[in-house]
Amino acid sequence: MKICVLVKEVPDAAVEKRLDPSTGRMDRSGEKNLNPYDTHAIEAAMQIREGGAAPVEEIVAVTMGPESAVRALHKAVSLGADRSIHLSDPVLAGSDVAATGYALAKTLETESPDLVLLGQQSDDGECYTIGAVVADHLGMPSLTQVIKMDVADGGLRCERQAEYGYDTVQVEMPAVISVGDAINEPRYPSLKAIMGAKKKPLQSMAAADAGIDTGKVGGDNSAAHWTAAKAPPAKAAGEIIEDEDTGETVEKILAWLDERKLI
Amino acid sequence: MARDGSSNGMVVPAAFPPPVDSRKEFIKRGLDPEDELIEVGVAIVGGGTAGLACANRLLQLLGDDPEMMERLGEVPVAVVEKAKTCGGHNLSGAVMRPQPLQELFGDMSREQWREEGFAFGEVTKESVYMLTSAKTKLPVPIPAVPNFKNHGNEVVSVSALARYQQRQAEEAGAYVLTETSAAQLVVDEGRVVGVRSGDKGRGKDGEPLGNFEPGTDIKAKAVVLAEGCWGHLTGAAIKEFDLAENREPQVWELGVKEVWKVPRPLDRVIHTFVQPWPLKVAAKYGQLGGTWMYPMKDEKTGEDLVSIGFVVDLNYRDATTSAHDLLQTFKTHPLVKGILEGGERVAWGAKALPGGGYWSMPKLSMPGAVLVGDAGGMVDTAALKGVHHCIKSGMLAAESIYAALKRGSNDFSDYEDAVERSTIGTELYQVRNTRQAFQKGFLVGSLLAGPSIMSKGRVPPGRQQWHRDDAEPMFVGNTKDRYPKPDGKYVFDKLSSVFITGNATRDDAPNHIRVQKRVPREVAETWRWMCPAGVYEIPEEAPEKGEVDVIVNYTNCVQCGAITAKGGRLTTPEGGDGPLYQVT
Amino acid sequence: MANILVYALHYEGAFNKNSLGAVSEAAKLAGEIGGEAHAIVLGENVPRDLAATLGRYGAKKVLVAEGPEGLAQPLVDAMAKAIADGGYSYALFGGGLLGFEIGAGLAARLGAGVVMEVTAVRAEGGKLIAERPILGDSAISEIEYRSPVGIVIGRLNAFEIRETGDADAAVEDLSFELSPQATRAKMLIRGEQRGADVDIEGADILIAGGRGLGKAEGFKLAEDLAAAFGSNAAVAATRAVVDAGWYPYAAQIGQTGKTVAPKLYLAAGISGAIQHKVGMQGSENIVAINKDANAPIFEFSDLGVVGDLNKILPKLTDAVKAKKAG
Repeated sequence: MKICVLVKEVPDAAVEKRLDPSTGRMDRSGEKNLNPYDTHAIEAAMQIREGGAAPVEEIVAVTMGPESAVRALHKAVSLGADRSIHLSDPVLAGSDVAATGYALAKTLETESPDLVLLGQQSDDGECYTIGAVVADHLGMPSLTQVIKMDVADGGLRCERQAEYGYDTVQVEMPAVISVGDAINEPRYPSLKAIMGAKKKPLQSMAAADAGIDTGKVGGDNSAAHWTAAKAPPAKAAGEIIEDEDTGETVEKILAWLDERKLI
Repeated sequence: MARDGSSNGMVVPAAFPPPVDSRKEFIKRGLDPEDELIEVGVAIVGGGTAGLACANRLLQLLGDDPEMMERLGEVPVAVVEKAKTCGGHNLSGAVMRPQPLQELFGDMSREQWREEGFAFGEVTKESVYMLTSAKTKLPVPIPAVPNFKNHGNEVVSVSALARYQQRQAEEAGAYVLTETSAAQLVVDEGRVVGVRSGDKGRGKDGEPLGNFEPGTDIKAKAVVLAEGCWGHLTGAAIKEFDLAENREPQVWELGVKEVWKVPRPLDRVIHTFVQPWPLKVAAKYGQLGGTWMYPMKDEKTGEDLVSIGFVVDLNYRDATTSAHDLLQTFKTHPLVKGILEGGERVAWGAKALPGGGYWSMPKLSMPGAVLVGDAGGMVDTAALKGVHHCIKSGMLAAESIYAALKRGSNDFSDYEDAVERSTIGTELYQVRNTRQAFQKGFLVGSLLAGPSIMSKGRVPPGRQQWHRDDAEPMFVGNTKDRYPKPDGKYVFDKLSSVFITGNATRDDAPNHIRVQKRVPREVAETWRWMCPAGVYEIPEEAPEKGEVDVIVNYTNCVQCGAITAKGGRLTTPEGGDGPLYQVT
Repeated sequence: MANILVYALHYEGAFNKNSLGAVSEAAKLAGEIGGEAHAIVLGENVPRDLAATLGRYGAKKVLVAEGPEGLAQPLVDAMAKAIADGGYSYALFGGGLLGFEIGAGLAARLGAGVVMEVTAVRAEGGKLIAERPILGDSAISEIEYRSPVGIVIGRLNAFEIRETGDADAAVEDLSFELSPQATRAKMLIRGEQRGADVDIEGADILIAGGRGLGKAEGFKLAEDLAAAFGSNAAVAATRAVVDAGWYPYAAQIGQTGKTVAPKLYLAAGISGAIQHKVGMQGSENIVAINKDANAPIFEFSDLGVVGDLNKILPKLTDAVKAKKAG
């Protein structure tokens, strides 16, 4: 089986996230790192390979991003991917989640994977859904928030975490699975793997190579258009009670909670 | 000294040494088998200014000598750096003397330095003050303090500079292994043959977790220890090879720094003496320190920034001396308010630096390895200058190693002579006795310091001695009474400061700090106040006198190194942990 | 016609809060842009009278489709069909796992603009503008739609439930075809409750304890208070006490623990250092009890009580029990 893992380069969690005042978009300068959720996806691919229930011929890391995104691919390879694909093209800049999902789907089509894995969310986009977009374009079943995944009965038996409880779903491959961080504990790359990463094959693709319709990607063609950003409404100053008569204090607390229908 | 380390009722931290044996723990005898190790040409431990200058220079030399580059193998130069990126753990003032960097990158103009984002302007004006009270100050004429003359120097950020140097090194062919700590020096038959990278995936008590990945031996023809202040392997190497024989003990200083966005640009570099305020003059407190304020014009964003810091010598005796809180106190002075008020704090950090100067510098080479930068104690603390020495020593090390390997030798001892003969040696020699007198108190020190500098070191004669920082008897004094209360906008507490360093140490990482857990209150208070990150705490119910337990919140640690000077030991943390400094 | 198609999730014979909020919001917005809100429910033999109750929240019509429950892709097919049949300018979801998955899949299917984690929507000139927090809740972004259909996916429970006083809605069957991918996932077990896990992130009320509780046993006070509030309340902890072994890591809130935004966050004996604050600052109502009047938490709490939690918590627990009983 061939597993493709979608990865993304995101600003390091330690870097203060802010908007670039000139473009109104996320300021993406500064330290970047492989999206932490994607390391769980790579680990999941490795565990399928090492588990032996189904032979995995290749694990391919795929990313869409500017030049610097190759670092994310090197990291993915040091964690176990056999080779990587870098989709990079100025025409893709500014794509929203729907356009990005479309572009990635077209890229994945060139690889015909049996399984597409990705991290549940990225630290910067905060969208939590690109797996569903990719799956619809590819015509594959999709699940998100998967926290347990086993090769079973010719497909994948997945457990996923919803706000109403846990579902167990049997999925036929090819499929797109977005994994949550509870699914596994990613391994650390060995120094040998880190140093060997640059030697593994890395293929660069432009939009045309993937058959991407340029009218469907890029900032200008994105159907959701960000118009403004503002500060969240300032919170009013809070009330302070000094406890002298605890009985009275508790009554005041209860009244306060009652006012706000919290009790 | 009494059995509990007390001396006249005061307690000495050195009587409670940390449970660590650096030679045993940090030296590995012999390499792993060939198929398990990685082989490189030159291994540089530490991706700071000095280590990267060595890498930059080596690659320049190798770039012109393809045959030698080939001889060094697939990985001619490897840099091992424990932070997430080079520069992540680097912090300094800093006003740098420009010549060594101009020598290293001969094609770059100073304007280009600024465009790259690591330099922030040439110094054209400077002032020195003595803070006489919380509200008043006295200007000190520069001719009286020539060590503070900074005309023509450049304000830089070592954190940003290291990032630039890393990019240059990688483009020239270096492998920079970030998030990788060097846990052991590998020694075989009396020579350094490599280093071993640190394990990853150990739990709180050192037990291997599910994703445990052991370190790897890195075999190298030459090892450069550029670990900064006070390196883990450097300390072990000094013991193993007797590099401190006939030297004065090393002493340290702790600097805490903030960077502020300011409404009006600062037009000059400012240094202050901080006695009589906020440090105490009386000898019994044993305090000595100073501050800086440097203007930074950020060419990339157009913002006006100010770097402000407080440095305190770690040989003080009042346990409540806290460099972080002293910085906050300093900020309440009208001199500083006039500059920072209306602005916004954008960075904070802390770092120890070696203050012993010339007589405390260890021997700089050993079979198979050399020391560069702060690891070699190359800081002029009278002038607060060390960055240019880092660069120069890195270059000299590169040249010595290149020449030796080229002629098939692994004797790098001529590096030592090169350092002595260079500006590093001459500058440090001139101030070799300038600061030792301060051990007798601020007044005595001041009387001797001026003449010492002006005579270019001829006075006082001979070799002045240093006493170890952890041998100072501690008492719980009242320096803390001056500290202002944090308000979260201008005066900050330690925890919120640690937060903005981007400190991302994992919750179940192994504890990398070694201290005795039960010590007299005076020692516990020393650690608690000294640590800028709030690592050491004393439980509320602990007794006022006698022995107390120490809580070690090691996940707050920003790896400044101060604990190593005052009775504890910072050992090799897991790679990737700690702060992510950007503009310090 | 500017109609809004809104998705409603039914489970074990009822619509969840999230869905009712979404329907209410769709009805309100539809009114503002001159259209109607129609709800869509998918399942196996969905009871029609249940579906009709959505009219009480403002839905003028409810489309009922037959298909496997609890999976997103059948709904992408159903909603795409309904939208293709004409008349809808927007599709609205109340968040939650399925809302996100369906909304995203639908955006791909229709080539439509989509916004997630929406916290507010307003009408302007007959069109909808969505607002969502970005950069870790530190700013709010406004987005407009440039496609014929716009998709709004709300943040979980962001939309208020409003009973409009209308009667039950008309129910219509929607026939549609399942795409191949929708037939290739099978639900084996749905909605399993795992009681052993403390669901910090789902609780409406969190009673959080810090060092001020004094010792591990101090957490009993927090647990008693949470029990008094009922099953939608849970106990959380700061990193300091988790490190000290007083409470499990699963309950840790903060920079290195979980991030929560419950309706009520009651912090007992917590100083409010920023490492903790970032994990709970989005809470709707923050009450803090601490004996130190200078604790930073009082700077961002909505109600601060300076006092001894050992005296206050037990009395508060009794008072809450009494109020709930009587």
